[in-house]
Amino acid sequence: MLFTSYLFLGFLALVLILYYVLPKKTQWPLLLCASYLFYFAAGAHFLLYLLSTTVTIWGAAVLIDKNHQAQKTYIKEHKEEMDREAQKTYRAAQKKIRFRYFLAALLINLLVLAVVKYANFFIDNFNGVLRAFGNAEGLSFVNIALPMGISFYTFQTIGYLVDVYRGNTAAEKSIFRFALFVSFFPQVVQGPINRFGEMAPSLYAQKRFDGRQVSFGLQRILWGYFKKLVIADRILVAVTAIFGDPANQGAYVFVGMIFYRLQLYADFSGGIDITIGIAEALGITLRENFNRPYFSKSLPEYWRRWHMSMNAWFRDYIFYPLSTSPALVSLTKKVRARFGPGAGKRVPLYISSFAAWAATGIWHGASWNFVVWGLTNWLILMLSEEFTPLYERFRRATHTEQSRAYDVFQIVRTFLLIGCVNLFDCHATLGATFRSFASMFTSANYHVLTDGSLLELGLTGLDYGILAVAWLIVLTVSLVQRKGSVREQIEPLPYAVKYVLFFGLFLIVLLMGAYGVGYDASQFIYNRF
Amino acid sequence: MEELLEILGELHPDVDFENETQLVDDGILDSLDIVSLIGEIKRVFDVTVTAGDIIPDNFNTVQAMMALIERLEEEA
Repeated sequence: MLFTSYLFLGFLALVLILYYVLPKKTQWPLLLCASYLFYFAAGAHFLLYLLSTTVTIWGAAVLIDKNHQAQKTYIKEHKEEMDREAQKTYRAAQKKIRFRYFLAALLINLLVLAVVKYANFFIDNFNGVLRAFGNAEGLSFVNIALPMGISFYTFQTIGYLVDVYRGNTAAEKSIFRFALFVSFFPQVVQGPINRFGEMAPSLYAQKRFDGRQVSFGLQRILWGYFKKLVIADRILVAVTAIFGDPANQGAYVFVGMIFYRLQLYADFSGGIDITIGIAEALGITLRENFNRPYFSKSLPEYWRRWHMSMNAWFRDYIFYPLSTSPALVSLTKKVRARFGPGAGKRVPLYISSFAAWAATGIWHGASWNFVVWGLTNWLILMLSEEFTPLYERFRRATHTEQSRAYDVFQIVRTFLLIGCVNLFDCHATLGATFRSFASMFTSANYHVLTDGSLLELGLTGLDYGILAVAWLIVLTVSLVQRKGSVREQIEPLPYAVKYVLFFGLFLIVLLMGAYGVGYDASQFIYNRF
Repeated sequence: MEELLEILGELHPDVDFENETQLVDDGILDSLDIVSLIGEIKRVFDVTVTAGDIIPDNFNTVQAMMALIERLEEEA
């Protein structure tokens, strides 16, 4: 049931009506039923994966929490008989028990993810090694469909497990309430990856109908559909035409790179707008995932503003624990003793962020392209870290610290840099990616930008016109957003103005959404991750 | 306290940590130092400094760091 289908709109309308009409105590159970129905529609057998994650993580978290509480009670009751050392020994023994529960649940879920998402990647590489040694017969590929949203809900629940293990979050006692956290239908498909401690209060609370909140939610949903249907699905046609034909090199790659950036933003942030809008209409607060990322002036800043919930996840659950792990602490000491403090303090950063970016790459997809994509990001981020003092000196020397022109230069440079890195996402192989990248500098075909060739990519002049106006609207909204919530700024306007704005946007989505002949309202890009 | 001063001394042998009051705000300890420091605190004191605890106020002075460690030991 795609967000962009009429069936989903009917489903959503029904859920919203029942949510506020039925008794309040049935609100979260209703959402649980709706979420399972939504998931069931994607494929009945997928429910097994969802259920196995729900049961294993819930069970392990409850056991960990029980042990933690029992430990606290025991120490409190025996405080006088136990000295500091005895307490430490007791705590260490209990921690070992908790770690076993934690590890068991973690491994089960990572194993399931590895099998459904990465089995064929491993088999392909294994066969490659066999072939290299002259063995023509390899393993055959397995045929497993990827369960909807598995990367998102697996990571969200692992985050919860870590939080409970660390004692930062109390475990949810009710498996049904926990099942809703895992399966909540607006976010199960493509996130944002939420934290239980933040989401639980509004997820399970009983809500009164709040007209303003529902209206705000619906406005955001409409905005999401605008980005997805008017921009992303329209520009998709040209992106597919460009990267679908290996003969398109040089200027076509340059155009495709820019179009893909625009498509990805409109598609992903549009989908997230729909998700957060639905949650808002239901009175539930989710994490934001974007903060006008294309205004970023550097790659580190971009990664703080794009897919924020995923980056925060990798920071909190991979980078941070790894950088403070005993092995790295010991390595840091050795490097510091041998090469000095400057080298020593770089060890945790370099190694942990390398691991986090390799994991981010492989999370996005089972291919070497994504691994190299992740590591390219890592390399640029590390170079950026090293060169920061140099950049600052340069700006002071050239008196460009306050220069608007230099800011614009940085924004454009960052946009193009991310475009180049994202070419890994546009091609299936590393060879094709590098050929495509190099051709932008070596092919002398930039005349296609002006000779009408771009009109042969499946988009008419009218389509380009609509895209230009739509982007102008997105840009204007982004600029207005700098002063705070756009919806709150619109709210005090006269009713007639608001009506024209929202009805106008609705009409644009209805009339200019890309679902006419030759188009097909397509799956969201991040659904495949 | 001695153990903490030893860790800090290894990071920056030239700094008089006992008398500094703006270690983070004055840029004596940067983000990379803090990451190393948290790893060492975990190893020596067996407490985990969470991301939420990484604020300048907790690392500006040795006393603030000790207070943080003692609080985390209590909570463990």
